[in-house]
Parts: sequence; structure tokens; C-alpha cells
Amino acid sequence: MEIKRRDFLKGVAGGAALALARPTLALAREKIRLPDAVGILYDATLCIGCKTCMVGCRKANDLPPEMQGAQTLWDNPVDLSAKTLNIIKKYEHGTGRDKDRETDGYSFIKRHCMHCVDPACVSACPATALTKDKKTGIVSYNKDACIGCRYCQVACPFNIPKFEWDNPFPKIVKCQLCNHLVEKGELPGCCSACPTGASLFGSLTGLLEEAKRRQNMAPGKYYDFPLSSLESGRTQDKPAAHYIPALYGETEVGGTQVLMLSGVPFGKLGLPDLPSGSYVALAENIQHTLYQWMILPIVALGGLIFLVKKRGDKGE
Amino acid sequence: MKEEQPLGGKILTPTFLFCLLLFLISLLFIGKRFIYGLGAVTHMSDGYPWGIWIAFDVVIGTAFGCGGYALALLIYVFNKGEYHPLLRPALMTSLFGYSLAGVAVVIDVGRYWQLYNIFLPWYMNPSSVLLEVALCVGAYVLVLWVEFTPTFLTKLGADTAKSRLKKIMFIFIALGILLPTMHQSSLGTVMLVAGSKLSPLWWTGLLPLLFLISCIFLGWGIVVFESCVSAQRYTLPDETHLLGKLSAVMAWLIAVYLAVRFADVAIRGHLNLAFKGDLLGNMFLLENLLLLVPMCILFVPANRRKAPLLFLSAVSIVLAATMYRFNCYIIGFNPGDGWRYFPAFGEIFISIGIVAIEIMAFLWFIKRLPVYRRA
Amino acid sequence: MKKHHFTDPVEERLKGVSRRDFMKFCGIMAVSMGLPLGAGTQIAEAITNPNRRPPVIWLHGQECTGCTESLLRTSHPSLEHLILDLISLDYHETLNAGAGHQAEAALYQSVKENAGKFILVVEGSAPLKDGGKYCMIAGRPFVDIVRETAAKAAAVIAIGSCASWGGVQSSPPNPTGATGIPEVLKGTTVVSIPGCPPNPYNFLSTVLYFLTFGKLPALDEKARPKFAYGRLIHENCERRPHFDAGRFADTFGGEGHRQGYCLYKLGCKGPITHANCPAILFNEVGAGAWPVGTGHPCFGCTEQAVGFKIPLHTQAEILQVAPDAAHAPIETEKGNGVSAGAAALLGGIAGIAIGAGAVITKNLGKSDEGE
Repeated sequence: MEIKRRDFLKGVAGGAALALARPTLALAREKIRLPDAVGILYDATLCIGCKTCMVGCRKANDLPPEMQGAQTLWDNPVDLSAKTLNIIKKYEHGTGRDKDRETDGYSFIKRHCMHCVDPACVSACPATALTKDKKTGIVSYNKDACIGCRYCQVACPFNIPKFEWDNPFPKIVKCQLCNHLVEKGELPGCCSACPTGASLFGSLTGLLEEAKRRQNMAPGKYYDFPLSSLESGRTQDKPAAHYIPALYGETEVGGTQVLMLSGVPFGKLGLPDLPSGSYVALAENIQHTLYQWMILPIVALGGLIFLVKKRGDKGE
Repeated sequence: MKEEQPLGGKILTPTFLFCLLLFLISLLFIGKRFIYGLGAVTHMSDGYPWGIWIAFDVVIGTAFGCGGYALALLIYVFNKGEYHPLLRPALMTSLFGYSLAGVAVVIDVGRYWQLYNIFLPWYMNPSSVLLEVALCVGAYVLVLWVEFTPTFLTKLGADTAKSRLKKIMFIFIALGILLPTMHQSSLGTVMLVAGSKLSPLWWTGLLPLLFLISCIFLGWGIVVFESCVSAQRYTLPDETHLLGKLSAVMAWLIAVYLAVRFADVAIRGHLNLAFKGDLLGNMFLLENLLLLVPMCILFVPANRRKAPLLFLSAVSIVLAATMYRFNCYIIGFNPGDGWRYFPAFGEIFISIGIVAIEIMAFLWFIKRLPVYRRA
Repeated sequence: MKKHHFTDPVEERLKGVSRRDFMKFCGIMAVSMGLPLGAGTQIAEAITNPNRRPPVIWLHGQECTGCTESLLRTSHPSLEHLILDLISLDYHETLNAGAGHQAEAALYQSVKENAGKFILVVEGSAPLKDGGKYCMIAGRPFVDIVRETAAKAAAVIAIGSCASWGGVQSSPPNPTGATGIPEVLKGTTVVSIPGCPPNPYNFLSTVLYFLTFGKLPALDEKARPKFAYGRLIHENCERRPHFDAGRFADTFGGEGHRQGYCLYKLGCKGPITHANCPAILFNEVGAGAWPVGTGHPCFGCTEQAVGFKIPLHTQAEILQVAPDAAHAPIETEKGNGVSAGAAALLGGIAGIAIGAGAVITKNLGKSDEGE
């Protein structure tokens, strides 16, 4: 009896034993940046808060305006929602006088899907409704697969996927980097609309280099900044702002394809402070350890069938 | 050994009729949900996409059904055959808990007409924890119905079918031990994915282990609770001595759980959060106090023979494990960005309706099917 | 400009208008139609070509003659010389020298001689009720005159809102059955220049475009030239930043009104009216010379569905909802909290549970003692 009990406990706690040894967010399966991945570099110091990217997004995706409360005058959502895929928010402190300053200053921030390198939503979805494109890395949604369980909303560390709560036949809604335009060689709505180059489209490797170039700029000196995309050939020149020495999205939860530069600490702009490991990697690690090829369960079942038959013959 | 028998008696008792009324009212809210969408009836939102239907009806509801699992473990794995009389009612409770969790899922998911997608191989995502939970729970519901079929067959007098089924029952019993081990722990892994959105007082790599252990003593608690309540209402043999023996095991299990729980929080460096005096800190302390106190009570052999103490300990343990799950899924979950959640009236009433129909089914079953052994 | 275009006969005809002023005028015409500056040269050539003086017949129906008055107030250069000498205005009831049967004879003569070549301009609507007797000229219903004359015209232009869609007299209940010329002449392309009155340069530019290029400028679905009626007033209004920032005048003479804030709340129909008033203004007296600029909300005089129909101070619907000037803060309180009903329900359940638990415990204790 003793032996059986021990074996049983071992079998059940097998995976947990692994985790008992100081569970860290180890990347069990390495998700790396795809070589042809595309992305957007948002530079808050270039952003003037004109919201043309929001208008561009509505046009590119055929979305109606979202009006706050009962008023019907302006398109002014307060957050991403089932009707708003992209939003500009404003950080203000004290007198709010100086742009891109944390104290007594203000800054804009653009929020939409980060198109993670290791997307939590893609891993979490039981029905494969969210998928990551094998070439561009764009995370897309397929409503024909979706069962509406909203686990993607629980899983996303940035709270991006939104749900149509007021629709009896609801969908999940989120930015899809205008993949319907990107696959035709065109630009996402926000990037083609942005007048200052704050929203910049390009290859992920190119954007990472551009971000590095900007962090090495001398504040106050004039530089050329590309408009709309790295390949557009159009630039504007303006003095570089003072950047905080970090690139948001470089390592957060394994990295994202939407990168952010700013003069104000990211936490103040509402961007969550995240570790470099991916939570879904840990969950998958546990699952794979316990259930890979269903070996452990089948072995356990075998043992159980043996035990039950033995007891059952004796008992009843 | 005495045989199980239907308890007989009137079905349409005041309790039954009251539950029927509650169920009918809840149908109105269910109708509203399907006509106008989830937002019309619930307070779930983009910040809190899961509410009490998931946390209570599915997670806690299935955990309540772990009485059958816990007993099966004891009887068949640890060879404590003397607990057999407790098994059938516990199985029945499991049956209801799990089946109605399924009903709650159909009501909760947004695209319910495509719910079968997760059973289609070309849509299944093997990386998803939720898929494993769904498949396991689905399989377990089938196993429970098969395990309970002999009871139906007895009523129908189909003896040949019954004996044939009994010959292969051992496979299903074995599955009935394997499957809950898989999915009850995975229900913990489900919230692992929430990462930084779950308070460090609850987020840990040990979530699957803690969920598994707590579902075992929660199951025991339900068995005790149900046994005491039924013994009160109907003339049934006194099982206090059986339950008392089991309680000692449970006390040790709780001790292991609390040790792991506190060690884990302390090692990760977040024990200070428990004593902040805010909502989360207090919920953490309360949830564990509700385990500590009954554990101390049950370690005393004399206490284990007193029915009221057993009952109160069981209730406390059930509450604690329920709180633990509520804390992991809702209260400890904070997506940031200024979101808040409290269930809506209609949302609560639908849960009430599901519980009401569970009680109605319970009453019909024990009166018309051989579930309990008469005194 | 090549010097030989300005021969003596032309200079004489221009009667004191300098070449410089003339070229300026043509340039202005070109720009106001959104044509490239070089087109000014083409316009100049068209106007000064002695062989091209198409006849124009100008009919008046139910109207106040405001459109003609507006046209006569183009101040620089003196246009009556330029245009009335360069296009042969064969019939215009306000400006005719003669009257009565003499004038009618001139009309009949011109139509007969210039059939298929003249431009018909109609000012005012045609009443259709009771056989059209509510507007009779020389004993004939105006609607018949219009139909007859239009049949022989090379192009038909309806100037002003009355001619375009009926104007003020067509307001419900429209007792005379006042109808716009495009509807009266169904099947014919009638260019509309709505407004009450329209900016005269909208009309002039259209006519000059036709003379220069031999075709009409781009028209929208209501046959209005797009260069003038292609955009909403709301899109170009100088007070738009106030709208976007939520700064409104609440009452006439109030603080917001005196600050020159947006007149939307006072009923401005800019958001639903197509016209170019904020761009080219009126009367050539500088900035602010249009209704909104003077502090009165636009009432939508160019639009049939708006002007004389929607009450002056009724707020307009916004057709193109655009972002406002404010920004969403980083964090807003969202989601749904506790309601009284939910709290009561849960409280009730808790109460029942505690009560039942207490009863069961007590009874268990009793049975225990009983043993």
C-alpha cells in the first residue's frame, strides 16, 4: 500500500515538482523574432496628438465613430473598445507645460495591439481563433473559429482584445496591423495618415535599428525622421527630443513587434511593467511536462485501471 | 451490506417548488442574455471578461463535484473500501456539478453556436490550457453519466444490461480518477497565464498543485456537508464515524497545503502584501484562516466524533476553497487601467437558477433513484 | 501675355479697364474655380475673342431678384461693362432697357436666331399649382416659358436657391407649388448655383469655365459645381477649432458669442450645408464677411433639406463625426460595479445560508446528545 501511494503522489505532482524548484519564467520553447516580421515604431516625442491615426484607422477598417455618452458631436473614445482599434491618450502632470517631460509636462501615447513575438492570446485560445502570421508575424483574428470564451482577454498582458458585449452574436475585436493592406504592399491606416512620422511602419529589424539611432541622438540637434514607413523616402527634420534610455517592446514578455520610444517613463503612460519571460511559456511548460504525447496520463491510467480492478474484485 | 434505495416521498415539496420558481425567473434573464447579448445581463467587461459564471458555476461548481473524485481516490487507490456507502451520493453531486458547469459554459461563451469548434481537430490548439480543461471536463461528464447509469438501470429493472456494464465499469472508474486530477489542476494553470494581472498573493507556478490539493479537501467538505444535511432530513444511517476517520487525513492534507502556500508566497518575497490591511491582504488571510481553524479542530480525535464540529469544519473548509478560487479568478485579478467588476442582478440570478435546478434534480434523484442506503 | 492680343478694338471694348486689372480678374476667376493659374490666360483669350459672344437669356420667375443684385455687386473691375458687353445679354427683365411687348419680342427674336447656341439662366422658381397661374409673364404661365425656352438652349443654369430647388416660397405648405428648375425640366441637365443669394463668383466662374473650355465644370449629384459646393461649410469654417475644442456660444451677446466661439449650439447648419462661403466670403470687404463671421449661425440657404425648412436654432446633425481636440487620459474608471439589487440579492443568499447552517448545526448537536 505504501509504495502505491507514493507512486501515485509522484505521478500527480510530477510537473509540480519541476515548478517547486523556484518557478521562474523560463522560456521553455524559444519564440524568436521572425526574419520578415513587420511592425510599427511609435515615437511619443514626434507625436503631436492630432489623432489623424485614429481617423486613418477608422477609414482603413470601415469603423463607425465612437462617441462618449449621449453626445453626437465628436469621435472621442476614452479607451480601446470593440469599436476603437487604436487610440491616442495623453499624460499630463502638474502644469503640463513641457512636451515629453515627466514633471510639469505632457506626452501622448498610442495604444493598440502590440503583435507580440510570443503572443499570449495565440497560445491561450483553445480554438485557434488568434493566429500569428508565419511571415509578417501579424496576430490576426478569425471569427469563424472563435467560441467567444474570452480567454484571450484574460491572457493578454496589455488588455488589448476587446469584446462586443452589446451584440448577441459577438466577436473579439483588435488591431490587426491592417494586414489586409500590408499584404497588398500598402501601409497600415495609422502610419499612412500620421503627418509627423510618430507612427512608423517597417521591418522589425529596420525599426529596431531606427530606434537605436534615435536613442543615440543628441537632444536638440536636428535630424531627419522618416515619415509613414522606413521605405517611404519622405522625411521631416526636427530637433531630437530627450528619450528615456529604454525601448518598450524590446524584451517585454518576450518582445513585441510594436515598439515605443518616449521622453516620459513608460509606466506613467499606462504601459504595464512586464518581465522579459512569457507567462504562457511557463503554462505551456507545465502542460507539456505533464501531457506531452499523453505519456504520463496513459501510464497513470494504466496503473489506475489495475488498482481499480483489483479493489473492485475484492470489494463488491 | 445494505443496498441503496430510493427514499420515496412527494416530489413537489415547498423546497422543490421554490426552486422551480427561482429557475423560471432565471429563464427570463437567460432569454435576455441570448437576445440582447452578454452586456445586457452581466457586468462582465473588457477588463473583467470572466465573472461569476466562470468563477462560481464552472470553477467552483466543478470543484464542489470533487467529492466523488476524493472518495474514488480513497476507495480505489488507497484501498479504504469502508467509504463505499458515501460514494454514490457523492457521484451524483459530481454529476450535477459538472453537467451544470457545462450549461453555464454554454450561457457564458459569446459564440455558443460554434462551441463544438474546440472538439474539431483542425481548430484545436494543443498549447491552450483551456482546451485541455474543456476536453477533460467534457470527457469526465460522460464518465460520470456512465458511472451513474447502474442507478438508472436498477430503477428500470434492466439487470442484464447492468451486470454487463459492471464488468467494464473499472475502466470508467479509473478514468474518473485520472480526469479530475488533470483538469482540476489545470484550472489552476488557466490563471497562471494571467501573469502580472493576478496578485502575487495568488499568482505562482504552483497554482496547479494548489488547485489539486484544495479540490480534494473541498470534495471531502462537500461529502460531509451533504451527508449531514441529508441525514437530518431523511432517515439515513449515521455516517459520522466514517466521516470522522476521513477527517484526520484531510487535516493532514490541509497542513501540507498551508505549508506549501505560505512557503511559496514567502519565498517569492510577497508575504508583506498579506498584512497590508487592504482588501487583497485580508482576503488572503481570511481564506487561509478558514482552513487553519478547522485543521486545528480536526487534529483533536474527540472533535472528529462530534457531528456539529465536523459539519462546521466542513463548511469552513468549503468556504475557504471557494474563496481561494474566487480570489484567483476575480478578486485577485486586476487588469489595471481603472477597471472594476461586481456581478449584476441578472447575472447572479442566472447562477441562482442553475443552482435551483441542481437542487430540484438532486431531490428528484434521491427520491426516485437508489442513491442512499436507508437506515 | 502676347502683346498682339490687345489690339485697339479690344481695348476700346474693355472701356477703361487696364490690361493688368483684366489679367488679375481672369487669374482670380481661375483660382476661385480651383484651376491652375495658367488657366487665367485661357479665360482672358476666351473673353476677348471677338467671335465668341454667346447670347444669354435670363428668365425671372418666383424670385426677389437678390441673385441679380448679388451679381451686380462684383466690384472690381466694373463687371457690368465687362460681362454684359462680352456676353450678349439679350433678355434680362431687371436690366432690359425696353419693357412690355417690345421686350417679349426681343426674347422671341433671340431664341429664334440663337436656337441651340444661347445660355439660359433662370432666376427664381416656377409655380406649378393651378396651371401655373401664380407667376404669369405677358399673360403666360412662367413654367411654360421656361420649358419652351429651355428646349432651345445650349445650356441651362439655375441661379439661386429658388431656381435650384424652390427657395423660401417652397417651404411647407408650399401653396403655389413652387418648384426648382431642375425638377421642372426633368431630363435636362440644369446646373444649379444654390444660395440665397449665392456668392456671385460661383456663377461667374461656372459661366466663364463653360466659355473657355466648352463644357461644364465637374458637378455633384445635384448638378452643383463641385469647386463651390463640394465641401461642407463645417469643413472650412474659421471657427472649427472652437467646435473641436468644445467652445460654444450659448446665447447671442453672451460671453462665448463675444469671444467668437462656434455657433453650433445656436443652430448653425454648417455641418449639413454644402457651400464655399467661409472660403470666398461676400462683398469683397475682407475677413468675416459672411453670416457666421458676423456672429449669426448659418441657416443652410443652399440646401433644400435645410434652408427654410429646419428651424433657425435647431441644432444640426453632424454628418462627418471627427475626433475632438481633447485627449483621453491615461486611465479612466471603467467597468461595472455593485448595484443595490445585486448587493441585496447576495446579502439575502448569505443570510439564508447562515441561517440554514445554524439550524443544521443545532440539530446535529441535538442528535449527537440524543445518542
